Amino acid sequence: MISVENIRKSFDNVSVLKGISLEFEQGKTNLIIGQSGSGKTVLMKCLVGLLEADSGNVYYDERNFSAMSFQERRAIRKELGMLFQGAALFDSMTVEENVIFPLKMFTTMTRGEMQKRAEFCLERVDLHQVEHMYPADLSGGMKKRVAIARAISINPKYLLCDEPNSGLDPPTALIIDQLIRDITKEFNTTTVVNTHDMKSVMEIGDKVAFIYQGELGWQGSRHNIMTANNRELNKFISASGVVMPSEISRK
Amino acid sequence: MKLFYHIGRYLILIGAILQKPEKASIYRHQIIVEMDHLGIQSLGIVAIVSVFMGAVVTIQTAFNTDHPLLPAYAIGFATRQAIILEFSPTVISLILAGKVGSRIASEIGTMRVTEQIDALEIMGVNAAGYLILPKIIASMIINPVLVIISMFLGILGGWVASAATGVVPLSNFVYGILFEFSQFDIYYAIIKTITFAFIIASVSGYFGYYTKGGALEVGHSSTKAVVFSSIYIILFNLILTQILLA
Repeated sequence: MISVENIRKSFDNVSVLKGISLEFEQGKTNLIIGQSGSGKTVLMKCLVGLLEADSGNVYYDERNFSAMSFQERRAIRKELGMLFQGAALFDSMTVEENVIFPLKMFTTMTRGEMQKRAEFCLERVDLHQVEHMYPADLSGGMKKRVAIARAISINPKYLLCDEPNSGLDPPTALIIDQLIRDITKEFNTTTVVNTHDMKSVMEIGDKVAFIYQGELGWQGSRHNIMTANNRELNKFISASGVVMPSEISRK
Repeated sequence: MKLFYHIGRYLILIGAILQKPEKASIYRHQIIVEMDHLGIQSLGIVAIVSVFMGAVVTIQTAFNTDHPLLPAYAIGFATRQAIILEFSPTVISLILAGKVGSRIASEIGTMRVTEQIDALEIMGVNAAGYLILPKIIASMIINPVLVIISMFLGILGGWVASAATGVVPLSNFVYGILFEFSQFDIYYAIIKTITFAFIIASVSGYFGYYTKGGALEVGHSSTKAVVFSSIYIILFNLILTQILLA
């Protein structure tokens, strides 16, 4: 489980996160949703330590990440897989080298074992015959799948995804969503997904937190998000093209 | 104030670079790769510049020292001293600052803006160490080799110019090349080259590592890397010359 306790973050006296507290459960797909500029990416970066929060704490299974030294944080990060918005694959490496990179760095596996693991991870994300290709030769969806394969290669306890569907066509976005949901169940990871895509919410949102202007606006599950009594959330849902039940009854 | 900010941040980066590597074997492999990228791939330009530089120095010296009191072998002697003490270590390092420095800054800068460095950090990898340390070590090993090759080719260029133009008899030129040769001159050139190699790789790595923004900023970082590496090379050239030859 990952929990966030009263996180605050400002940039040049502009408050971006205004004391957010949240819990992300293990074995579930936890979604952070909100408009662009609402602070969800900043929250995600504070979770992994790419940004330092002004105050508040982040706990990884009761371990206070915020109070840790650089070395201690690095140890936690070895349990963490992250899918970046642009996939962030290493350009100079082939697909296979990308997937085995964390294994090469942190395990004592032999070359053969690493290749087997890479093969398993790539098959798990439904990629075949791409081991020797470079990221530049892949489509956006394939890059995201390779990034997922790289993230799961080390059996992470925590999986964080920043806008996993951005720039993807709807069918590919659906495939990525389903992969994230299935991997969360299969590997029993604590998965946190940062998105503004309501289709993703309805597809995989076991637990949903809506961030509005740096504050926690609402939280619940995808099953009760459509009936939520929150004006800003309802506006966000309507704007994203999903028809609210109230609108259906009115029609 | 901005200067102190950059010096402080540069020193913090050097501290991060010098931390114990996660896996020495991966760093060793990276050093070999970087020696190829930063050194071997620069051999062509180093060779061309050195040969022509040696030829021009010889012809220029011959035309500017045309005096009955000056022995003819002085042209060979002056060519050798100029090439070994200054042209090969300093000029070649300045050329490498342009070629290698821009490459390092743009490579690391692109990795920064495409979140590849964030990905390394999230994995628990010391990104600064993994990306910059092999480049520094590789440059400090391969640049002296390039400079020694440059010395040889520079003198060869002078010899060819002497033979082709007849500005100085070949026997006198060769006598001048061998006249009162001091091994310390080579050590001095290598010490300078190693220092310059550290400057090129670390300063360029610094500008690449702290790139913010997109493609435009990567270009800016690359330009700054070349400009500041060149300035520090010239500055340290003066300091080392004073320390080592005084």
